[in-house]
Amino acid sequence: MSKHIQVPFKKEDILALRSGDRVLLTGTVYTARDAAHKRMAEQIEKGAPLPFDVENQVIYYVGPTPAKPGQVIGSAGPTTSSRMDKFTPALLDMGLRGMIGKGYRSEEVKKSIVKNQAIYFGAIGGSAALISRSIKSVEVIAYDDLGTEAIRKLEIENFPVVVINDAHGNDLYREGVEKYRQI
Amino acid sequence: MKVIHYEDIVEKVAEMCIEANYDLGEDVMNAFQAALKTEQSETGKEVLSQLIENADIATKQRVPMCQDTGTVVCIVELGQDCHITGGSLYDAINDGIRKGYGDGYLRNSIVKDPLERKNTDDNTPGIIHIEMVEGDQLSIHMTAKGGGAENMSDLKMLKPSDGIQGIKDYILDVVRVAGPNACPPLVVGVGIGGNFERCAYLAKKSLFRPIGERHKDLEVADLEVELMEEINRLGIGPQGMGGTTTALDIKIEVEACHIAALPVAVNLNCHASRHKEATL
Repeated sequence: MSKHIQVPFKKEDILALRSGDRVLLTGTVYTARDAAHKRMAEQIEKGAPLPFDVENQVIYYVGPTPAKPGQVIGSAGPTTSSRMDKFTPALLDMGLRGMIGKGYRSEEVKKSIVKNQAIYFGAIGGSAALISRSIKSVEVIAYDDLGTEAIRKLEIENFPVVVINDAHGNDLYREGVEKYRQI
Repeated sequence: MKVIHYEDIVEKVAEMCIEANYDLGEDVMNAFQAALKTEQSETGKEVLSQLIENADIATKQRVPMCQDTGTVVCIVELGQDCHITGGSLYDAINDGIRKGYGDGYLRNSIVKDPLERKNTDDNTPGIIHIEMVEGDQLSIHMTAKGGGAENMSDLKMLKPSDGIQGIKDYILDVVRVAGPNACPPLVVGVGIGGNFERCAYLAKKSLFRPIGERHKDLEVADLEVELMEEINRLGIGPQGMGGTTTALDIKIEVEACHIAALPVAVNLNCHASRHKEATL
């Protein structure tokens, strides 16, 4: 059974989630991957404002395919999160609450998730056509020149994810594997 | 001597790029269905069910199954009695990629320069390997290879004394380290022998063999079966969330090598194992 959660989050919603929980997210999230993170890090370094206020928000690591005529968005599954690890703790310290991606996070990111009471969700890598159906509207809000890597504001409905790293330090990638490991 | 026209190659490659990205191969679908019956984890089963549903949506709605529509890798068997007119074979394949990725609304994922990192905006160039063969035919084997699994691939120059056990330990290590990042359930491609660059090529080439098809050499086939069982005991499972389906298959290719060498390359493929072939 999946839990239904509204994003941006209420703090108590985050604290109630545990690694392994299946969740359907509804609300607003922002997309950013490698190039957008690099630019945001440069903005932070310069003391310039980010293209959106990250406080309590969720970033989805994705670079969608181009939309066909009549489509809201092309296929839009998660990309590997670890490439964003270098930039993530600074964003979490600024109030970012959640991330959606796939794959391991660094120890530093995991510590920062606990410290900032944030959360990391895994979406199913390669399930991009299915996931796109949960995306109801798309607006490029920054870095349009980056094409697929631009920052987009997405309105999502029942977007399927699994909790990987919760705010209490649990990690599904560790616990899940331990449960089924035979060698 | 057979004459093949540039434009025919362009059209065929474009069609293969689109079909590979919209229509998941029957071999992968069958492997998903089989895994669904044996997977022990409930979350793992849910992941596999979603992947089956995802592939159905992609085929029916003519959209890419994954947003990473990949680097196009072609292994071309060019008959020595075949003549290509109208331009170079390399240009024809790249024109085909350009057309397929444009017409098919596929994502352009290639940067022109690894340091400057500016997108070429047409997914070219592809990576093209040409093997000269006897006869007058032109066979093109293409794959749209995802970046996530490619990033977790690895190569090691083992010592001959490391032997089969050393090879097995190394392959299991690569899969273990890759964990969720390579988008399991995986297809594991292995090249053993050759030299430094050749074993990497063999590993890539092995991924063109359909899932379920074992190596013709029985000794190699046995090694594939044995490793497949061990990989699936690692516990990584679908999407690395824990489970008994870590790999859908493993493919091994072997080749002659130097007396001092035992090169081994492991090229991981995600479950979106997209390969097409055509003969002109």
